[in-house]
Amino acid sequence: MTLKIIVLAKHAADPESEIHVSADGKGVDEKGLVFDINDWDRYAIEEAIRIKEEHGGEVVVVGVGYADDTLRKCLAMGADRAIKIPLDSGMDSYMTAMAVKEAIADETFDLILAGLMSQDYNNALTGPILAGMLDIPYATAVTSISVEDGKIRVVRELEGGYGEENTLPLPALITVQSGINEPRYVSIMGIKRAKTKELKEISVDAGEGRIQVEKVYVPPVEKAELIEGSPEEIAEKLVEILKDRGLI
Amino acid sequence: MMRVFAIAEVSSGELDPVSIELLNLANAIKGEGSAEAVVIGNNLSEFAGELAKHADKVWKIEDGSLENYNPEMYVDVLLQLFSREKPDVVLIPNSSRGAEFAPLLAVKLSAPIVTDIVGLDFSNGVKATRYIFQGKLLVDVLVKESESYVFTVRQGVFKDECRVEGEVVDSGIKPSASPKREFVGIVEPEAGEVDISQADIVVSVGRGIDDASNIELAEELAEVLGGVVAGSRPVIDSGWLPKDRQVGISGKTVKPKLYLALGISGAFQHIMGMKDSELIIAVNKDPEAPIFGVAQYGIVGDLFDVVPALIEKLREVKG
Repeated sequence: MTLKIIVLAKHAADPESEIHVSADGKGVDEKGLVFDINDWDRYAIEEAIRIKEEHGGEVVVVGVGYADDTLRKCLAMGADRAIKIPLDSGMDSYMTAMAVKEAIADETFDLILAGLMSQDYNNALTGPILAGMLDIPYATAVTSISVEDGKIRVVRELEGGYGEENTLPLPALITVQSGINEPRYVSIMGIKRAKTKELKEISVDAGEGRIQVEKVYVPPVEKAELIEGSPEEIAEKLVEILKDRGLI
Repeated sequence: MMRVFAIAEVSSGELDPVSIELLNLANAIKGEGSAEAVVIGNNLSEFAGELAKHADKVWKIEDGSLENYNPEMYVDVLLQLFSREKPDVVLIPNSSRGAEFAPLLAVKLSAPIVTDIVGLDFSNGVKATRYIFQGKLLVDVLVKESESYVFTVRQGVFKDECRVEGEVVDSGIKPSASPKREFVGIVEPEAGEVDISQADIVVSVGRGIDDASNIELAEELAEVLGGVVAGSRPVIDSGWLPKDRQVGISGKTVKPKLYLALGISGAFQHIMGMKDSELIIAVNKDPEAPIFGVAQYGIVGDLFDVVPALIEKLREVKG
């Protein structure tokens, strides 16, 4: 069976880049931030392309907000076409899901894939809210997907190394956990081919948001005692600590 | 009169302690209202009794078909309960399962949802606090006024116990339809050659180790110290270490005498797996890395400078 797959991809700030509170105290300073495809979505697009390579079909990638670079990356990886929704939904996942629902209203699909969460706001909401709005079965934090006739078999991640196997009839929505596959690198050929692929903009009315940011701030934490000096001095101090504790 | 409902978590035949934490929060915010627990599954009397020590009322939703978790069935029975007993606030654990079914419940209740909260304040509007950027920042969000609200709650936060003697009520509710998604079975963790949870010394590596070939450096240090090598999620995801070496909520919980965190930023999911170690020493380039919040000693620097120097020094003193 061939599958038409929609993938949700976010262009998101890397939490490993320089994160500072913005001057108004309600957001994050753009300066120092490094943006790329949300790490979880990188696994989602890879999974979609793999399913297409094995079973045939089409992969359509959808991005909300400024997503051009990420959408082009997905096209270069192997997605067939892209839909960009110009909307700043900020941290409001309900708005994001509503925007996607409106933008894909004319699309048919067998499967929607998304990352478990975004690496910046970590809500883990857009996928499951969209599934609820579309009234289709879903599973989150999935670590393996296999396609069977008219359905998919997935394992989702539980706590403590356990997993949970489920089957879902299609159409369904899946959010993937990181590590589900090994995402491919973008090839020069891929980038060339991506230039001829469709990137369509669809404007939608996503309605009102349900949350509003009041304040963003640095968590108050009791910090570790810092050990400073040259690597040799640090090593010496560490060895002292370990000796004192009877660890060596 | 606020009615706060806490959905208990039962997994592997046990009541998860996070269920009591939800009730601690429910009792703290209920005011003149009530803290009510809901427990879903099969053979629930024992769990319901335990929950009743912390709740004004415990609703049992019991049926053979609810033996195994299914998000559609959970939401089905909860909607039946909530159409009768109007909740103002619904608290759900931010566990793998709770985080999965909560958004569907929120959509069906037309309620706003905020996930993974660490603070909740109803004194002036509705304000929820949560971490963003994997623990680097906190955000207070104001939630739009609504008939009801859904929150998923981070484990380990609301520890102040509140004792209430409540009654257990059999809701009589059964699932109204069979779900589209079907539960097949539980997948057991793979057993590896070493059990990192049994080791006295754990040398743990994160994204900062940069490449599979650098794992050797950690192995060398572990060997000198007589410990084992473990890793955080990104290292396992990249396939640089096997899954049974993963420290964190979705991997293993370790409490060694020494936990050496090398290039680990310290996402919450990792910290929950190692915070009770006797001694935590962290090396990370980023002074803002959350790992320094749980470590006793921290080194802001490059692990590739510090680790070789430490190996050399250890060899010297050990002869």
